Amino acid sequence: MLNAHSILSVSKCALATAVVLSSAGMVNAAGTLSIESWRSDDANIWSDVIIPAFNKSHPDTKVFFSPTPPTQYNSALQAKLQAGTAGDLITCRPFDTSLTLYQNGYLDNLNDLKGLSEFSGVAKSAWVTDDGQDQFCLPMASVIHGFIYNKEIFKELNLSAPKTRDEFFKVLDTIKSESRYAPLAMGTADQWETATMGFQNIGPNYWKGETGRKALLDGKAKLTDKPYVDTWKELAKWKPYLGHGFEAQKYSDSQNLFTLGRSAIYPAGSWDIQTFNNQADFEFGAFPPPVAKAGDACYISDHTDIGIGINANSKNKAAARELLNWMASQEFAELFANAVPGFFPLSNHKIAIKDPVAQEFISWRDNCESTIRNSYQILSRGTPNLENQLWNVSAQVINGTMTPEAAAQETQKGLEQWYAPQQ
Amino acid sequence: MTQQNQQDEKKPFPWHLVIFLAPALLIYVTFSVYPLLDTLFLSLFNTQQGESTFVGLQNFITLVTDDNWSDAFWNALLNNFKFFAIHMLLQNPIGLLLAVLLSSPKLRLSGTYRTLIFMPTMLSVVIIGFVWQLLLSPIWGISENFLYSIGLGQYFDAWLGKEGSALITLSFISVWQFVGIPMMLIYATLLNIPDDIVDASVVDGANPLQTFWYIKLPLILPTIAMVSILTFVANFNAFELIYAVKGALAGPNFSTDLMGTFFYRTFFGFQLQQGSASMGAAVATLMFLIILVGVMLFLFFVQRRIQRFQF
Repeated sequence: MLNAHSILSVSKCALATAVVLSSAGMVNAAGTLSIESWRSDDANIWSDVIIPAFNKSHPDTKVFFSPTPPTQYNSALQAKLQAGTAGDLITCRPFDTSLTLYQNGYLDNLNDLKGLSEFSGVAKSAWVTDDGQDQFCLPMASVIHGFIYNKEIFKELNLSAPKTRDEFFKVLDTIKSESRYAPLAMGTADQWETATMGFQNIGPNYWKGETGRKALLDGKAKLTDKPYVDTWKELAKWKPYLGHGFEAQKYSDSQNLFTLGRSAIYPAGSWDIQTFNNQADFEFGAFPPPVAKAGDACYISDHTDIGIGINANSKNKAAARELLNWMASQEFAELFANAVPGFFPLSNHKIAIKDPVAQEFISWRDNCESTIRNSYQILSRGTPNLENQLWNVSAQVINGTMTPEAAAQETQKGLEQWYAPQQ
Repeated sequence: MTQQNQQDEKKPFPWHLVIFLAPALLIYVTFSVYPLLDTLFLSLFNTQQGESTFVGLQNFITLVTDDNWSDAFWNALLNNFKFFAIHMLLQNPIGLLLAVLLSSPKLRLSGTYRTLIFMPTMLSVVIIGFVWQLLLSPIWGISENFLYSIGLGQYFDAWLGKEGSALITLSFISVWQFVGIPMMLIYATLLNIPDDIVDASVVDGANPLQTFWYIKLPLILPTIAMVSILTFVANFNAFELIYAVKGALAGPNFSTDLMGTFFYRTFFGFQLQQGSASMGAAVATLMFLIILVGVMLFLFFVQRRIQRFQF
């Protein structure tokens, strides 16, 4: 490589450019709100569905949705907030990213927002201070983990959606031995799928959802305990069912393998439904992470993913609060859930979802217990970072370059280094 | 009036030079010198929890002695040296060979070859990364079938995904992309060698190999030295290719982590990991120092000797 420029000057320039660009594009007239978001995929939905619906009841408020690409969102938002050019409403990442913004005085306290009464404690947990006192973002949407499967392949091989782990591996064996399809569509090249759609997907059934997650926070459980080692043991068993050369298979490759009908089961996040609706020309269904024995209590990862808060320096807080209160309503919940299938509203309203697969995902809330990803609250605050470690070790366990026990030891050792309750 | 004063009156201070240089100087100071000094300064602070306190060299001590940081740091540094070594052993010799072949008067279509070999240099690294990922992909790629068709199919593997081969594969991709630059620089120097010197060696009875070895090579050594130092600087600043292909966690298991990706993760944070501007600045400062030391060693030991061979 021979292009001589310094990475330092590049990053500085990028920040400076972000600031200049954002200040140039600012709209700040009275009765105008702009929303910062990383969901650039949703721009059309906001402009075509959500904002017009809001304007029916609030005709005087103009709303602009101005997204930034996901990978740049955190740093661009930070730069805009520092320069005082960020929008009035800030889409909140869950947990520490937004908590830091609140602690640094960039987000408003929402404790007296009346719309908040529509949400449960778990729903609000991602955007509340550690002592549970101050709420700084309104919960907007969650994503649920499970498995999406190709119904046509299942029909061809005479299979049905597995309920227990034994059935799950029997199904995988059948696909592997009786067809040319790759049983599981997942790769380890990007690493994050192995942690997010592997470990956090099947894990809650082992560590009993919230019980296990809270025990880890309190220091009553360790990552070297049986539930966690067993989760990695099951992940290690996935290896023979993955496609040829899965070590170099990226997230988009896995999506393509599945939508092209070359793979039967896809360890999924519900956000994939949208992509598959657009790309797959076969019927697909979904099943929750299989349990040990039929009739066992089941747990799903129903992860709080998107929230929305008010910029503390916004000149239009009254209008912003109006919009947030409306976003806590049944009307918004129904519009959003149907416009973006796979992102589920977190409010307590009963809503009708039209997309059959999204419906299947949300139906699990009725008979299974919800939990969130165990590395997200507090546990990824220190060095080493638990979430990043989970990516690394889960990928290695599936690659076969690390044993489940070693993965458990490494993550536990990382946690013990900085997290007092685990010491 | 003394003579000195007379001279002063005749030659007023050259203000026009200052005015003409000012815009460039201003831009350079604002966007290059100031950020650099600011980074060096920032590395002496601790900015965690939104507050910044002066900690002296603590960040550097942490980086080199604390297990959490030093493992990643030494791993990234070692990978950087491997990355650089592969470029020195492959990119520059191949560039030299291509330049010699291209400068041969007997070669037809040399202009076409020159353009074709130089072309990848102009493409974006992100595009290069994407194209090679597709070519090497075990799912969609053509490399597996290609290897089978020449009877080497059983040697195919998911090279970009294995700990042992990922960094080497990425270096090869980078070599492929940038081999045009040493080629062009050496080629230009070769064309500059006066014909009479080459003719004289032929008259003296030297064969083409001897002409190259005893006449041309010494004359292009300064260029090769310059190419080497450019390779060194660029390789220790490398970042885009790794980030585009493997992401900021430089998997599998950090086997492709370079100082650039390590810096990115530290400074900007990654996923749930919060960025730390001061630790990031410390990494950047070390990168800067490593490059500085490398360049100085080069100037001291290599450049001074090479002067003697110049025209």
